[in-house]
Amino acid sequence: MHKKIRHTDIQDQHADIMIRDLHKSFGANSVLKGVNLDVFRGENVVVLGRSGTGKSVLIKIIAGLLKPDSGTVIVLDKNVPELDDKELLQLRLKIGFSFQSSALYDSMTVKENLEFPLLRNSRNLTKAAINTHVEEALDAVGLQQTIHQYPSELSGGQRKRIGIARTLIMRPLIMLYDEPTAGLDPVTSVEINNLINEVQERYNTSSIIITHDLTCAKATGDRVAILLDGSFIRTGRFEEVFATRDERITSFYEYNFID
Amino acid sequence: MGKKIPFFYNNLFKIYGTFLGLQQVFMKSNPPRTYIISQKLDAFFSDVYAIMNFIGRFFRELGPPYEWREIIRQCYMVGWKSLPLISVTSFVVGIVFTKQSRPSLSEFGATSWLPSLVAIAIFRALAPLVTALIAAGKVGSNIGAELGSMRVTEQIDAMEVSATNPFKFLVVSRVLATSCMLPVLMFYMAFISMLGAYLNILVNEDTSFSAFFIKALDKITFLDLFSSLIKTIVFGFSIGIIGCYQGYHATQGTQGVGRAANFAVVTSMFVVFIEEIIAVQITNWFR
Repeated sequence: MHKKIRHTDIQDQHADIMIRDLHKSFGANSVLKGVNLDVFRGENVVVLGRSGTGKSVLIKIIAGLLKPDSGTVIVLDKNVPELDDKELLQLRLKIGFSFQSSALYDSMTVKENLEFPLLRNSRNLTKAAINTHVEEALDAVGLQQTIHQYPSELSGGQRKRIGIARTLIMRPLIMLYDEPTAGLDPVTSVEINNLINEVQERYNTSSIIITHDLTCAKATGDRVAILLDGSFIRTGRFEEVFATRDERITSFYEYNFID
Repeated sequence: MGKKIPFFYNNLFKIYGTFLGLQQVFMKSNPPRTYIISQKLDAFFSDVYAIMNFIGRFFRELGPPYEWREIIRQCYMVGWKSLPLISVTSFVVGIVFTKQSRPSLSEFGATSWLPSLVAIAIFRALAPLVTALIAAGKVGSNIGAELGSMRVTEQIDAMEVSATNPFKFLVVSRVLATSCMLPVLMFYMAFISMLGAYLNILVNEDTSFSAFFIKALDKITFLDLFSSLIKTIVFGFSIGIIGCYQGYHATQGTQGVGRAANFAVVTSMFVVFIEEIIAVQITNWFR
């Protein structure tokens, strides 16, 4: 799929996400040790790293689900760790978070899942307007037929798509994807990759995509950042990052079996 | 003076909790961790502090806007879905209690007191306590498991990042539902138990339905009904808040969900017994 925005086009743009010297540890286990990252408007940044390197922790800190030990996390000009509950709620209206497990509400139908954030954040919307928003979001992920189904009746790929649709319904400026292709077959993974790119083009979102799937990284990332031992060891375009003999990076390539 | 005791304990827990927090900060650079008193006691006080914070947050989040749809759904789950179990249990309790009491009373030739005795026992103690224990088992475990499962599958996180308040939606609605529905279930249980008692009496004596109820309710005072009502509201609140607390803070995957459900039941039952003892003492002061 052709990528409209490239690293060179966006360097001089405003950074929607700016992370400086971020540290986070759990007990004696130091996970993030001085992470720095910029994500510019309309850019997809893929964070690659092995399991347990703190990739998911990073985006949970950006979404305000976890508090960092130190460092600044500026999201849309607001320092997330310093926000109170009310300010965090306002900021989250502009952030979409696609969870690894999809995190759909089991007790609700697809329609109710999609309505959930709308009903609580846009209380002046009419029922007809809510229905229109739901249909548009389902249309964006191509799953209109599942509207009355429960999450347990959907396949893994469908659940991921509905999870993304639920975040799109609030028209976010920033999208955070946690392992979007994990546990999916290659065909469905390609569909999800295409969907991530479509979301970027359609809504001009700035995104961080957490993955260890190089196919996903290559297909969706304007830039790739490799997280190892608590900090980014290399950042740049996919081809640039992997044009190295550094074994820590080439080992990713060898075990992912991509061309 | 009476008002100063909870205030004192509240602050004691706060100080202890803050101290534990500070200790964690210092311990980061100086592992391994040492404990203020002992590991288990530290953990106990930390839990008490966390539960008090949780209860405090419940009252802070209690204001509007309300999640009416979810509250009604939870009332249906707590009330309507518990009816079959409550019906069977209360009917059996009524029959068994009457049957077991009859021989003792007949020794003194006082079987005519049986309806009053049964009514007093049911309204003052059996109905509130048995309803609360059934609810702790059925509703408490359900809440603990449901919220625990939502926690470990990141559904609660998903609510947070979609700029909604999961505490209000999940916790406040459930605690309100248990607090409101338990008194209703208690009065229903009392009625069905009395029916069971009447059936047992009818087998042995020729008593009319109205005569039985007039005699039974003759000894029931406003204080009996009022204390049972307040007691079951407190039981309902405790069962709801403990179930929610255990589920909301579940960790470690499916094992954590099971543990949350189990702790919700065990802790709720224990707290219900403690509250029953306190309630009996307080009620007796007014008799």
